[in-house]
Amino acid sequence: MYKIKHAEFLAPNIKKFIIEAPKIAQKRRAGQFVIIRVKDGGERIPLTIADSSLEDNTITIIVQGVGKTTKELNSLSSGDFIQDVVGPLGKPSHIEHFGTAVSIGGGVGTAIAYPIAVALKQAGNHTISIVGGRSKEFVILEDELKKVCDEVYPTTDDGSYGFHGFVTQKLKELIDSGTKVDFVLAIGPIPMMKAVAETTRPYGIKTVVSLNPIMVDGTGMCGGCRATVDNKTVFVCVDGPEFDAHKVDFSLLEQRNRTYRTDEQLALEKHECRMNNLH
Amino acid sequence: MEEMSKKDRMKIPRQKMPEQDSFERSSNFDEVNLGFTEELARMEALRCIQCPKPSCTTGCPVGVKIRDFIELVSKGDYLAAAAKIKEDNALPAVCGRVCPQEEQCESVCILGKKGESVGIGRLERFVADYERNTSGIRTPEVKAKTGKKVAIVGSGPAGLSCAGDLIQMGHDVTVFEALHEIGGVLVYGIPQFRLPKEIVKAEVEALTKLGVDFQTNSIIGFTDTVDELFSNGYDAVFIAVGAGLPYFLNIPGENLNGVYSSNEFLTRVNLMKAYKFPEYDTPVFNCKDKNVAVFGGGNTAMDAVRTAKRLGAKKAYIIYRRSEVELPARKEEVHHAKQEGVEFLVLENPIEFIGENGWLKQVKLQKMELGEPDASGRRRPVAVEGSEHLMDIDMAVVAIGNGSNPIIQKTTPDIEYNKRGNIVADDITMKTSKKGVFAGGDIVTGGATVILAMGAGRKAAKAIDSYLSNKEIW
Ligand SMILES: Cc1cc2nc3c(=O)[nH]c(=O)nc-3n(C[C@H](O)[C@H](O)[C@H](O)COP(=O)(O)OP(=O)(O)OC[C@H]3O[C@@H](n4cnc5c(N)ncnc54)[C@H](O)[C@@H]3O)c2cc1C
Ligand code: FES
Repeated sequence: MYKIKHAEFLAPNIKKFIIEAPKIAQKRRAGQFVIIRVKDGGERIPLTIADSSLEDNTITIIVQGVGKTTKELNSLSSGDFIQDVVGPLGKPSHIEHFGTAVSIGGGVGTAIAYPIAVALKQAGNHTISIVGGRSKEFVILEDELKKVCDEVYPTTDDGSYGFHGFVTQKLKELIDSGTKVDFVLAIGPIPMMKAVAETTRPYGIKTVVSLNPIMVDGTGMCGGCRATVDNKTVFVCVDGPEFDAHKVDFSLLEQRNRTYRTDEQLALEKHECRMNNLH
Repeated sequence: MEEMSKKDRMKIPRQKMPEQDSFERSSNFDEVNLGFTEELARMEALRCIQCPKPSCTTGCPVGVKIRDFIELVSKGDYLAAAAKIKEDNALPAVCGRVCPQEEQCESVCILGKKGESVGIGRLERFVADYERNTSGIRTPEVKAKTGKKVAIVGSGPAGLSCAGDLIQMGHDVTVFEALHEIGGVLVYGIPQFRLPKEIVKAEVEALTKLGVDFQTNSIIGFTDTVDELFSNGYDAVFIAVGAGLPYFLNIPGENLNGVYSSNEFLTRVNLMKAYKFPEYDTPVFNCKDKNVAVFGGGNTAMDAVRTAKRLGAKKAYIIYRRSEVELPARKEEVHHAKQEGVEFLVLENPIEFIGENGWLKQVKLQKMELGEPDASGRRRPVAVEGSEHLMDIDMAVVAIGNGSNPIIQKTTPDIEYNKRGNIVADDITMKTSKKGVFAGGDIVTGGATVILAMGAGRKAAKAIDSYLSNKEIW
């Protein structure tokens, strides 16, 4: 059992958890993730480690409540326990001094991009963050990013805050206005990552995305997390999660992530029905 | 009964294993075999003619004293029989259910030369179940603490048996397991209807009682490396991480929705209990009224296809590229699968998966014929020109074996591995090229059997005990 030391909502439906996990806190590096099982009988889901503290022996995860498991997780509060947390999994981000690095986070993807932005800055990059959200309340971690990055640009689809438009429009604006971008990292919904890949492709800018397929074990044992990169099959949990954005088959990823859509709907409805009966 | 002459005893027919009705069981996950009653067990035991030089024991990979335990069964002393088996086999309730007896002990039983061999596996199972259900698994004596600590990596049969022996020898034992449950393939691979999880649980509980410390969610290599285990105070490490890297067919369309590795399909159903979805949260492809094809012919393939049948598949096929005689699965599994309505398409090889909107719809097969024997001694399947044809399927499970998972290799490069990524270990001591590190089970042999893994675990325990009492090993 893993104790939740602290939990708070960062945005509607997006919750931050600080969890006691000493081993993982010591080991984890930017870009790595954990697999969590909320309770007995629960499913195993991958969540990126957003931060860690060596003093407190904790890791931070940021969760968007979309399906049954994430909603159930988001109903937990400080002092509650999570059944299983295993990690750190996956390869750490490849960090080097590229020059100017742009880190792009869409929605909860910002949480995943955040530790990598920190590492990019530490490696001496001029680090720019673009933080996208549907509207103002979905722009998360802006203050934290401002503390570490050289430039931070919030964007909202509805124009309620920051730049009015998609993260890709902001990125293109930066490039076209003469910023020499050497490296782009994009993490968020698949359509966003795909759009970023298409934005940087013509400029030949090295672009990396972090993939989020369905996983079970997270150790390379099941192959459920497979994706196609550069026309070859990879197991995202052990070969990734980060890959060259220009070589990822995003439609396949989207298609495979739809495998259990009906089942997920069913589980969620049942869960919400039960929750409603409780209230 | 004891008065019966040898001749009369030899007239007793092989006792049938009571089993769940094949129609009924094809839609439930309860155990297929129900086990011998005391009466059946004693009758079967009487068939054994108590050879002065029993060949059955030589057929057993770990040399269980089969004749002696069977004699005890015939006398009704089941607990003594259980103790006799346990001198050599730490997991009889498991092995009695899953060992390929027809290729091992039973294949060399003298009775089998003219008629049917003694049902050794069934007796082993009976004895172990009897012990568990009556007096509970016997807790053996534990020697005085030695103060030495051993880390065991992986909780499959190799890890569990090694832990059991070492704790009795007085060492402190911690078992590190990557998953959230203990048991390895016994809990994530082999289904409930063949090996009820309660049996594995009872074994694990018995070990816990003896003082074995189980640490789940611990991936050695990530959570701690092998070297860190030593710096954390462990005096020896036994690596028993199993195979655990699924092979795919590498044909077009393999990443379509509905195509699974057997590991994923079985893990979802067994470990995560997807057959009870949505009571349990993990889903699996809804097989109800669908056509399911499983590629491969081993135990894993049989487990997968019978699982699909139980999940409601309209048609469940085994598609195998050699002929039926070459099927590597236990005979009983093939027999049970057929009884349950599984169809076998042999000498067929998949060359492409075809989908629609991302979902699997068809497989393109090619007919095969048997040519010259290959390295394995089996006749090599050769494609028949122009024999391609399509078959409608909604789900596919690829069950063509496992390679070795590279996590340990990548994080502990100073152990010697062979070309296939298996750890090189000594046959007798299971020591590796790295001082203090032993290895056994599927990670050394490649995918093999429960009994071999169990045996390796016990050999390692013996050698680790010597090593810890300062005997020369390296
Ligand atoms: C579906 C299926 C059916 C089978 N049927 C039969 C049968 O009928 N009869 C038979 O004799 N054999 C059968 N086998 C084979 C048999 O199960 C294996 O040979 C046996 O389990 C191997 O035991 P093991 O202890 O070496 O490894 P495993 O049982 O594979 O256990 C290894 C454990 O180590 C864990 N692990 C892996 N990496 C790490 C790490 N880095 N850190 C910590 N833990 C780790 C794994 O999660 C796993 O729990 C079957 C196999 C399968 C897959
Ligand atoms: S999640 Fe099972 S192999 Fe990646």
